[in-house]
Amino acid sequence: MAMIEIRNISKSYGTFQVFDGLSLEVEEHQVVCLIGASGCGKSTLLRCLNGLESIDSGEIRIHGDRVTGPGVDVNALRRDVGIVFQSYNLFPHMTVLENVTLAPCKVLGKPKAEATALAMPLLERIGLAHKANEYPDRLSGGQQQRVAIVRALAMNPMILLLDEITSALDPELVAEVLNIVRDLAADGMTMLLATHEMGFAREVSSKVCFLAGGKVHEEGPPEQIFGAPTQERTAAFLQRIVEAGRL
Amino acid sequence: MTDFSESGEARRPRLDEKRSFGAGAAPKDSRGWSATAMVCALFIILAAWATFQAAGQHAAAFGLGGTVSSLLFWVPVFCAALLLWPAIKSVTRGQKARDAVAAHDLITARIETASALNYAHYTVGFAALFVVVIALAQFLMANNLAVSRTFLSVPLLDLSFPLILKAFWVNIYIFVVAEICVLVWGLIVAVARLIPGKTAAPIRAIATLYTDIFRGMPAIITIYLIGFGLPLSGLPILKDLSVETYAIIALTLTFGAYVAEVYRAGIESIHWSQVAAARSLGLTYMQTMRYVIVPQAVRRIVPPLLNDFIGLQKDTALVNVIGSIDAFNQAKILSSNYFNLSPVTVVAFLFVVITIPQARFVDRILEREQRRTRAG
Repeated sequence: MAMIEIRNISKSYGTFQVFDGLSLEVEEHQVVCLIGASGCGKSTLLRCLNGLESIDSGEIRIHGDRVTGPGVDVNALRRDVGIVFQSYNLFPHMTVLENVTLAPCKVLGKPKAEATALAMPLLERIGLAHKANEYPDRLSGGQQQRVAIVRALAMNPMILLLDEITSALDPELVAEVLNIVRDLAADGMTMLLATHEMGFAREVSSKVCFLAGGKVHEEGPPEQIFGAPTQERTAAFLQRIVEAGRL
Repeated sequence: MTDFSESGEARRPRLDEKRSFGAGAAPKDSRGWSATAMVCALFIILAAWATFQAAGQHAAAFGLGGTVSSLLFWVPVFCAALLLWPAIKSVTRGQKARDAVAAHDLITARIETASALNYAHYTVGFAALFVVVIALAQFLMANNLAVSRTFLSVPLLDLSFPLILKAFWVNIYIFVVAEICVLVWGLIVAVARLIPGKTAAPIRAIATLYTDIFRGMPAIITIYLIGFGLPLSGLPILKDLSVETYAIIALTLTFGAYVAEVYRAGIESIHWSQVAAARSLGLTYMQTMRYVIVPQAVRRIVPPLLNDFIGLQKDTALVNVIGSIDAFNQAKILSSNYFNLSPVTVVAFLFVVITIPQARFVDRILEREQRRTRAG
């Protein structure tokens, strides 16, 4: 049984159908990249996995437990499924350390000292321990995004969702963020990434899913998707990416 | 200049071609402004002379002594005479500018014109200030000092000030307690109005109804109804409260409605992505409000909050309708005893004086907050 099972989900915003019977399985320790055109539902799928969006039909199971539909404790789900956003969304009125320790303290009920003791090595790992008492607005975009990743990691999640986390960054800051993701993948963190960084997707992922028409149009190992896509639509999408010089 | 070649097409200017700009023209003549400045300065000096000569005579008639009355005349006239300095500068600079134009020295002409205009604007601006001062002095001296005697009778000001200051403590007590209550109560109402979900609809409706009623009702009527109504109601505890407590309750209800709306606007101004970030970490809705949204909202609403607080402070003067001896009531008693409004001037002065430091204090804390959290 796969760790995450997405079964036949559908969702629409008004007349716009985002998912039309989408199914996807993710094994533990897998890194799955979601690629596809803007508006194909990459971000929405991640937000559904974390309970930030609801689905109209179908179901999502994590370790066999249904996490969609009525009666699900979304707060409990979110303790185990972390998400990092494109626009960082750090809390501007809190220092870096406070950003990272807020959820461990308030959600898990850890004492402040213990939360700090757990947070500092994480900040150390991303090379930002010296910024612990700085406010987010004083950090560069890359630094903010690294803090946002650590904020999610501080809850010790089983699954990490990364929603186009480098799209808002200046090109020279992208690498510092991707290096952390690379480290996490090496450590065996189960991750789903929505991304436009095709080169990175090719390198880091164990599976690549091309989303189109509200479904997973084509999935497979990165060599196959990027090297020899079987579907015409996938090939056309990748062709445009190559033309844009992004692959 | 567009130049047509033989083919009839517009020729592109070559890069080494000298282009002429509109700004290359000679500056406008500034002497009109300079003359205006000079006329204003002379007029103000004459007006100040006439006005403050009369003021000096009035002061002498009061027996204020030769030094005071001559100071009362010479200081303003001297200040008015200072206007001549920029006025003369403006005229001479304007003349220099014209000379420079005649000598085809455009750069000097521009600099001198700008400076002439600057001096002229200074003169006219300060002249406007003097007009206000002179008009005020004339008003106070009108009808043989009747206005001054009505509003600013020195002996009465002196007599009433300590009494009114003492009564002003009642106002201070009322607004300090009411402001604390309003801060808490307004937040409760705002959060109640914003609870999400279908099941909370009745709570939202109650909060909306409350805001609609108490924001719409004049504060003086709320004070009247509560101040006279609760004692008559015979309800235990509620009927035996002090007049000041009734005032605090009434003002809290009125201003709680205003402040709830301020809070609501502040909370709604925080981008939804902050809620998404907090909820995605597993925080509950109330935790998200408590730790993430409200702290950010409060920082944004400090200026409008101060507005409402100043409104509340001023409205403590309304409590005289239910018989509390506050500063205004005390002043009214004194002014009817002496048939003179000077004590009321004292109250007005006190209300203005307490708001100014608050405004500066708010400016200061906002600045400090910005320095602390914003980038370099």
